[in-house]
Amino acid sequence: MPDQQIKFYQAGSFVAGNRLLPPEQRSVQSRTERSNTLTSGHRACQGCGEALGARYALDAAMRATQGKLIAANATGCLEVFSTPFPESSWQLPWIHSLFGNAPAVATGIASALKAKGRTDVRVVGQGGDGGTVDIGFACLSGMFERGDDVLYICYDNEAYMNTGVQRSGATPPAARTATTKPVGPEPGNVFGQGKNVPLIAMAHEIPYVATATVAELRDLEDKVERAMEFRGARYLHVFVPCPLGWGSASRDTIRIARLVKETGMFPVFEAEHGEVVSVSKIRRRVPVEEYLRLQRRYAHLFGPNGHPEVIQRLQAIADRNIKRFGLLADATEGADLPGPATDSAGFPAEEPEPVQPLDADSNLTRLLVETHGSPR
Amino acid sequence: MFQVRIHGRGGQGVVTAAEILSIAAFIDGRHAQAFPSFGSERTGAPVVAFCRIDDKEIRVREPISEPDALIVQDPTLLHQVDLFNGLAPDAYILINSARTFDELGLGELCDRFPRERLIALPATDLAREHLGRPIPNAVLVGGFAAMSGRISLESVAKAIREKFPGKLGDGNIAAATAAFELVQRQIQEPTHA
Amino acid sequence: MLEQKEGSQAVADAVALCRPEVVCAYPISPQTHIVEALSDKVRTGELAPCEYVSVESEFAAMSVAIGASAAGARTYTATASQGLLYMCEALYNASGLGLPVVMTLANRAIGAPINIWNDHSDSMSQRDSGWIQLYAETNQEALDLHIQAYRLAEELSLPVMVCMDGFILTHAYERVDVPTQDQVDAFLPSYSPRQMLDPGDPVTIGAMVGPEAFFEVRYLMHAKQMLALDLVPEIAADFKDAFGRDSGGLLRTYRTEDAETVVVALGSVLGTIEDVVDELREQGVKIGVVGIKCFRPYPLDEVRDALGHARRVVVVEKSFAVGVGGIVGQNVRLALSGGGPTVYDVVAGLGGRPITKRSLHALLADALADRLERQTFLDLKADIVEREVQRLQENRLSGPHAENMLRDLGIVAARPH
Repeated sequence: MPDQQIKFYQAGSFVAGNRLLPPEQRSVQSRTERSNTLTSGHRACQGCGEALGARYALDAAMRATQGKLIAANATGCLEVFSTPFPESSWQLPWIHSLFGNAPAVATGIASALKAKGRTDVRVVGQGGDGGTVDIGFACLSGMFERGDDVLYICYDNEAYMNTGVQRSGATPPAARTATTKPVGPEPGNVFGQGKNVPLIAMAHEIPYVATATVAELRDLEDKVERAMEFRGARYLHVFVPCPLGWGSASRDTIRIARLVKETGMFPVFEAEHGEVVSVSKIRRRVPVEEYLRLQRRYAHLFGPNGHPEVIQRLQAIADRNIKRFGLLADATEGADLPGPATDSAGFPAEEPEPVQPLDADSNLTRLLVETHGSPR
Repeated sequence: MFQVRIHGRGGQGVVTAAEILSIAAFIDGRHAQAFPSFGSERTGAPVVAFCRIDDKEIRVREPISEPDALIVQDPTLLHQVDLFNGLAPDAYILINSARTFDELGLGELCDRFPRERLIALPATDLAREHLGRPIPNAVLVGGFAAMSGRISLESVAKAIREKFPGKLGDGNIAAATAAFELVQRQIQEPTHA
Repeated sequence: MLEQKEGSQAVADAVALCRPEVVCAYPISPQTHIVEALSDKVRTGELAPCEYVSVESEFAAMSVAIGASAAGARTYTATASQGLLYMCEALYNASGLGLPVVMTLANRAIGAPINIWNDHSDSMSQRDSGWIQLYAETNQEALDLHIQAYRLAEELSLPVMVCMDGFILTHAYERVDVPTQDQVDAFLPSYSPRQMLDPGDPVTIGAMVGPEAFFEVRYLMHAKQMLALDLVPEIAADFKDAFGRDSGGLLRTYRTEDAETVVVALGSVLGTIEDVVDELREQGVKIGVVGIKCFRPYPLDEVRDALGHARRVVVVEKSFAVGVGGIVGQNVRLALSGGGPTVYDVVAGLGGRPITKRSLHALLADALADRLERQTFLDLKADIVEREVQRLQENRLSGPHAENMLRDLGIVAARPH
């Protein structure tokens, strides 16, 4: 167990403070004895949604398994920033094999444990959207099909971030990436492509499938712990904003994650054996523009040369999700919640704060220019 | 070394025939090597299998091009495929047919090869009778044992038992034994052609 | 116990006797009978405790093997040809991570054109992957090598592939001596990993390694293979003590003591070559055979010692580096660099074309008369090739090569005009 000082954080506007909850319902992050599975010192960007999500998810998994957990990680941002030679921030047994095989490696570990009669030890496979939705998809489906005892967690930042923000099968329509620039008749990623892996996971009828975001971290922990109550193949798809790749402010990561849910763009739900069993309702519905505006990867939709019709199409996607999953609360549920829907205390809902100008010569600037055009 | 080449069609158990032959030779205390000429197996396509028998370790691996014995499980191959290519001058030929060599259009073979080594055996009929199925492979191995004297019927029976358990084994052994006796009689009366 | 059985069954027996805890394989001709037999053994409980994982591809097979081995399980898989290529990335990963997986490779040609018959192009294509490569001459040796392979792999923490000729060995029925479980247990202790994913003692496996240390990690793999050059013969000697027969080792010599001509080969064709050599010896020809059993690491010194005294060396191989020539031939020349015998490269048997005694006799007659070219393609139908080359020159849209050539051979019907 780590012996460093752990800082406590205020968790957000609508979340009850940990100290007000019964101990067993408190976030594992509030405890000194948390595993700190992904310990500090890793090289993630400021505001990295994936680092946040992974820390919460794995600490929750370690609590659920009393620390008897092994992780298999795909190549990607998480793997790279967490193991900068010669250091590692992992405090659990962890293996990185290849880009496309994390689910299969996890299967191998689970099989070995089963053969050895060590089914008290559990297995997590994890990777980004690239390694899950695209190159790892066959292995993922194979693991689902066989029902191997693995929880697979996909941290979805909607592009191949580690290699420089190229489009993946999880990149949403209209989004700018290095390979879907806003040029030509269909600016940004095209409509009509992409895979909905949570739905595909459900089609395999595995015991548990859930989606989550880093705006509701307690919910994320809950889902990991719920997943660990099952045996067999389980899948968790976590929406994790990437400030660098999305051209968003690093302090907006949680806000953006909240907005993706409150617009209806990302349904948050749980499913068991192919049927949706619970839906996290939208508290106060918000038009997609509010979500899109915070990210430079959608900047080409706005302004004098913008594409309001594209925004409408994106709104239609949100509308469809809301209908399909029943994402809206009743009038009696949450519509009268205090405060603006999107913000933690203090930030005005309407105007995003101006971003600090970036140093024109920095590598970061250069990368942003390459992927998003001139910096603000 | 004694080399046997078996011709038939996919689904007739040609490969199994070669295997049974090799197991019988093994039981007799000899070395044996059996293998198919491999193809994308599909029912009905011509198939060839090989078996070598020797008293010392068999090292060579090539397909048998100069067989000492030929077993033809399916007579429809007779005029389609060059079955008799490379046959040794004193070769044994065993054909699965109720007809004679002359009736099969193979009269000229009777001039080239010793008569007592040319046998036509209604193996499919025997199989139907004793086994209830028209699979002539084990039957022909029984006939071959009588024709060549290179393996014993007892070992053939044991080999069949290893390959086919239960009633299937019983039926095959009965059919093989019937074939053995039939061929023995034929050899004693050289008027079969 | 002596048994007459199919090579694949013998290998499945050997693998089961080694007590693997995880078997994960994807079916591909000609390995299918091995994995089918192992699946039966797991189902009936004959092989237990063992998890049999029906993976969805060869890439998954090797990946599952990596996970299982890293978690401390003795692991097995098998493949051939296209399957080996499909798992290529994972092959390098397994050797780079130092995981002692043992894999049967049922040697088969690589397409295009698709071909299910035997040659060594698959294993040769991965000779640089860091895997140890052993070649079996007979089904007995194939059986024995799997048992030796686990000891070798686990001692060095390097994966081992046991190569056996597809169909020619895998599907051949022949006599084998199958050891007892007690014998194998005495020879092969249970797997004691050098690294293991264990919550009781967490480690990070597979981190990125930059220019500061990559070279050293990679070099270590080479150093381990150099250790294998000592360990392979040691294990073979132990095996002989325990089981009473010669199997494996780095190479095997046959009638080479006074040989002026030595034929070099890998795998099952050695049997056919030995028959030919015996026949030539009866005619008074001083000829012998060297069978290389361990191709990676390459037993440079042993090859030099075995061949150095000969006048001519004829390398007969079922492999071929396009644009260069024979692969084994290259490696043999390496051992003999700096003078010594003339080396002739003979590429033969590609795509399963039989290597016959007749052809070998003709080839060796040419060799003995010093009539042989440096590079020969045994039994190549040169006229068919020439006709296709002609076709290429006459017509831009000349059509697929394979179809054209098969038509020339009369295998495919003529195209209606």
